[in-house]
Amino acid sequence: MSNNFEPDATAAAPAVVTTAPGAPSAKKAAPVKSINLHQGEIVPGVAKVDPIIVADNVTRTFGGLKAVDVDHLEIPRNAITALIGPNGAGKTTLFNLLTGFDKPDSGTWTFAGQALAGIPAYKVAGMGQIRTFQLTKSLNLLSVLDNMKLGAKNQAGESFLKSLFPYFWRSEEKEIEAKAMEILARFKLDTKKTDYAASLSGGQRKLLEMARALMSDPTLVMLDEPMAGVNPALTQTLLDHILDLKTSGMTVLFVEHDMQMVRHIADWVIVMAEGKVVAEGPPDTVMQNPAVIDAYLGSHHDSDLGDPTEHVSAIKELLNDDDKS
Amino acid sequence: MIDWAQLFSNALTEIVNPTTAAYALAALGLAVHFGYTGLLNFGQAGFMALGAYGYAISTLTFGFPVWGAVLVGVGASIVFALILGIPTLRLRADYLAIVTIAAAEILRLIFTTNNFASVTGSANGLSGYKGGFAALNPLPEGSYGFGPFEANAYDTWLRIVAWTLVALACLFVWRIINSPWGRVLKGIREDEDAVRALGKNVFYYKMQSLVIGGVLGTLAGMIFILPRAVLPSNYQTTLTFFIYTILLLGGAATVLGPIIGSIIFWVLLSFVSGFISRAVAAGWLPFMDSVQAGQLRFIIVGLALMLIVIFRPQGIFGNKKELAFVK
Repeated sequence: MSNNFEPDATAAAPAVVTTAPGAPSAKKAAPVKSINLHQGEIVPGVAKVDPIIVADNVTRTFGGLKAVDVDHLEIPRNAITALIGPNGAGKTTLFNLLTGFDKPDSGTWTFAGQALAGIPAYKVAGMGQIRTFQLTKSLNLLSVLDNMKLGAKNQAGESFLKSLFPYFWRSEEKEIEAKAMEILARFKLDTKKTDYAASLSGGQRKLLEMARALMSDPTLVMLDEPMAGVNPALTQTLLDHILDLKTSGMTVLFVEHDMQMVRHIADWVIVMAEGKVVAEGPPDTVMQNPAVIDAYLGSHHDSDLGDPTEHVSAIKELLNDDDKS
Repeated sequence: MIDWAQLFSNALTEIVNPTTAAYALAALGLAVHFGYTGLLNFGQAGFMALGAYGYAISTLTFGFPVWGAVLVGVGASIVFALILGIPTLRLRADYLAIVTIAAAEILRLIFTTNNFASVTGSANGLSGYKGGFAALNPLPEGSYGFGPFEANAYDTWLRIVAWTLVALACLFVWRIINSPWGRVLKGIREDEDAVRALGKNVFYYKMQSLVIGGVLGTLAGMIFILPRAVLPSNYQTTLTFFIYTILLLGGAATVLGPIIGSIIFWVLLSFVSGFISRAVAAGWLPFMDSVQAGQLRFIIVGLALMLIVIFRPQGIFGNKKELAFVK
């Protein structure tokens, strides 16, 4: 891990240069992992004790390519689940399907008991399943505070007729602003509230997007590569915020390529390859699954998984880490 | 010699001209579409045509009173916005641009076609619908105002109504934009997927925006025909581009920008064309005849639009800070 801090980073990350990859920082205790999330033997698609999402036979094809082909998948409630897999495994496509941003060819899934297939994205979000994007979508020419306020659900002032009469929304607006300031303070963005979101650094925009998602009091937060492009100085802050989400009772599902992060904070790991769930399990055991190593390194010489050396080193690091602990 | 006093007087009259008010109102509607919601509506001329024909036809053919004729025009533009919006607002912004420019042309051609000449007057257009509006005039006959702003009772009444409407429309737009509803619109302008992910029905908001801006354009179309006749050739795409010029001149995401933009546009246009035609008559421009002189002003308008977009893309009232992040 490098220590090239950004001068304007608002990160509260302690200035500790970690020596071993994935080692917890000096000031933070190792996160408490949720265990015993599954029922029975661990196989891909294993039943969970308390699932929040249950998906069946979800498929999505792009031309001749089956991007997602998931027979059965359950996401445990109030836990941090990581969705990993090589490039092109269908992780983001599955994300898009589950959040209503894309329509599947077939399949059903439920969120907290409610059938979600065919429900448009804005209604999915309204039910408490909020996502972020791989390429950060901060609303650039809105102030940081307006970005936050937009996140609040069921605002009376967002109805056209009521917007004409401030009487209907002025008090609500004050409450939303107070809540936004409280969350911004937690994310150390409160001093930037009047700045345009465009003026924030890439890492701060990731923070803002996550903070904005919290404005709606979600039950499930889905983060698509929360660490992509984030300065290492901000990484620890982001990790802490994700752990906080679990502490405050939310469920987290995230896509990530950073294996150290997965290992550090995930309670459960789901591995996808070529659209299918090939393995799942707690982070310390799933990496030893031969299917995972196949997925990353390629058991078939004819399948093109890009440059595998990065993944080789990532998996070696994880295996070494296992030996130590 | 050039009559400078007359030239300036004519230019100043444009400040209070109802046509200036009509363009301002149409540009304000476009500010709601383009400036605040990011909808590329290239068919504002179509909304104005609906206001003009809706008012004129319901007065002439059906004998509606003024309020009824206004309602018909507004209703027609709401239906038009729905027809345009339902298939295109789910798609990317460019599709709306293509569809609106085509739909506005379709409307104009329908109004021009000979088949409906008994109702629309075909290429000759319509006139003789001003009686109802004139009858509402509380001002007694006579001359009002002073200097370049002096006008008869009908024109003064029209000016009062037109600019009152503009003022009310500004208040209305200011109110809805500076509310949580307007915040959603601005969010959609920046990134509609992000707003969708926050649980807002983006399609519904875009539709509301299209209807509101379209109705403002329709009201503008009604003001536009009260000092003149309804002519289908007035509603060509050049009308839409003049309104875009006005909007960009004043500042796309501002409330007062379209109003000031319209005033500047018309004063300059009047001054430039008055000066050129007088200069040609005085023999100052021997290489140019009077017909060419009439066209030159539009070349100058085009040049002005290019200069604005290059050197001051945020417009006169736009926020310099916003510009710093425009990619």
